[in-house]
Amino acid sequence: MSISRDDVTYIAHLARLGLSEEEISHFQGQLESILEYVDKLKTLDVSRVEPMTHVLDLKNVYRKDSVVPSLDPQSVLKIAPAAQGQFYKVPKVIE
Amino acid sequence: MNYEPVIGLEVHVQLKTATKAFCGCANVFGTRENTNICPVCLGLPGSLPVLNEKALKAAMKVALALGCQVRSFTKFDRKNYYYPDLPKNFQISQYDMPFSEHGSLDICLEGGIRHIRIKRVHLEEDAGKLIHPEEGAESLVDYNRAGTPLLEIVSEPDMHSPDEAYAYLTDLKLILQYLDISDCDMEKGSLRCDANVSLRPAGTTGLGVKSELKNMNSFRAVRLALEYEIKRQEAELSDGRSVVQETRLWNEKKQMTLPMRSKEEAHDYRYFPEPDLPPFVISASEIEEAKQGLPELPKEKRSRFIASFGFSDKDAATLSATRALADFFEACLKLYDKPKKIAHWLIGPVSFQMNSRGQDIGGLRLTPASLIELIDLVEAGKISQLAAKEVLQEMLESGKPAGKIVEEKNLSQVSDAGSLSSVIEEVIAANKKSVDDFRAGKENAVMFLVGQVMRLSKGKANPKTAREMLIERLKS
Repeated sequence: MSISRDDVTYIAHLARLGLSEEEISHFQGQLESILEYVDKLKTLDVSRVEPMTHVLDLKNVYRKDSVVPSLDPQSVLKIAPAAQGQFYKVPKVIE
Repeated sequence: MNYEPVIGLEVHVQLKTATKAFCGCANVFGTRENTNICPVCLGLPGSLPVLNEKALKAAMKVALALGCQVRSFTKFDRKNYYYPDLPKNFQISQYDMPFSEHGSLDICLEGGIRHIRIKRVHLEEDAGKLIHPEEGAESLVDYNRAGTPLLEIVSEPDMHSPDEAYAYLTDLKLILQYLDISDCDMEKGSLRCDANVSLRPAGTTGLGVKSELKNMNSFRAVRLALEYEIKRQEAELSDGRSVVQETRLWNEKKQMTLPMRSKEEAHDYRYFPEPDLPPFVISASEIEEAKQGLPELPKEKRSRFIASFGFSDKDAATLSATRALADFFEACLKLYDKPKKIAHWLIGPVSFQMNSRGQDIGGLRLTPASLIELIDLVEAGKISQLAAKEVLQEMLESGKPAGKIVEEKNLSQVSDAGSLSSVIEEVIAANKKSVDDFRAGKENAVMFLVGQVMRLSKGKANPKTAREMLIERLKS
């Protein structure tokens, strides 16, 4: 499985990562070897194996619909990168 | 060339639970910004979501009411994208194992019944709310809504006109209201609708390139946006251009759809199973139990009203147009066994009051008992129909019972000849032309005279007595 430079740039963009030219080459190699390793699975016959949806043998974990106190907004906003009044503040997302 | 529009609708409904979908924060509208937030709905490290059982139950009701098959095994997935209203940078949703699929909704149109297939109904979480102040280079975020339970109802592209889309939405909303699982208030955003629309040459079965319409905040807007978009695509195709697959926003002010600025790039959501939520196994007996627990749905109620009370299709539809009105009607019926009389009052004067006040039945100062008291006064001949309308108006203004208003305003119907005769003499003296007309054989002229008696008596005269007395007096 080969990974192109464009693939790396695209994936980096989806994850909002800014990579230098060297990093792109570096991760291109790493991603390729990871996928190569995982590709080994293709040699196995899984036609009689159910797809796994979860690693733990758990099911039906529910919560009752009763209110639990929320956090104090002031203390939460302290860890926000930016706030205004009781709002989180972010760079404008519409023009 | 003639084109046929192909329309599919995606409806999002906020579920009316006490808490959010995966945490115990309150699920309420209108509280101060960022007061209902916790580590789970903010996606803080180390927090774990746990599904609200009631949200799944509510979702199940909707799925079953729409005739969907509920999966015995379902799971949640992460839909990954970056946007500031999404604190975790992913939305917990359902991808390849939605908990229900393959339902349908039959809508009634003038041309008959149309069968609209429903592709899937799945449960997910809502995003927060963004505010964009005019001034400044920032947007503000309120996460109170983030993580609240949302149901996505996706139709197949089975609708072929804006009117069909409108009818589908109206009928779907009615079912949701009957199930009492959401406020269904488009203005508050508890019901939202996106529409996919494309054109194809009439008579063909393939699908053309579609545009996705967003930002419609009423069913009316959905219809207008579709009408506009169909015309726009028609013009593109007729001029030999092609339709571009894109998201377009309905602009209410300009009454047109405009392409969304290229903020959102080609979607690549990289769905994968949500590792923090184990899967859910729903047994056949749970599904059966939920089915048994469904309330009577609008279609069944309409049929029952027609069959049991002999109502017309139109009257049955009007009475069941909201669950509140249907419930009100049935509560009245328990107090007073004259369904047609009650229906007459609810469809006539009471609906008139609701329309002129812009309120639903719950917003009026009227209870089944107070309405029955009024109807009873009319039926017993104590007040005239005309006076009764005035009494109803006064009841809604002051909240006083009908009997008290009749007493205070001296509206008791006058049926005794003695009190009426002076009014009748006055009317005869003042309306010589109608009197002559009547004597010349125009029987209808008496109706005008009765009207004058009603007017002079301020609605208190018993019209039947007045008519009899007038005829007797004029024939003598």
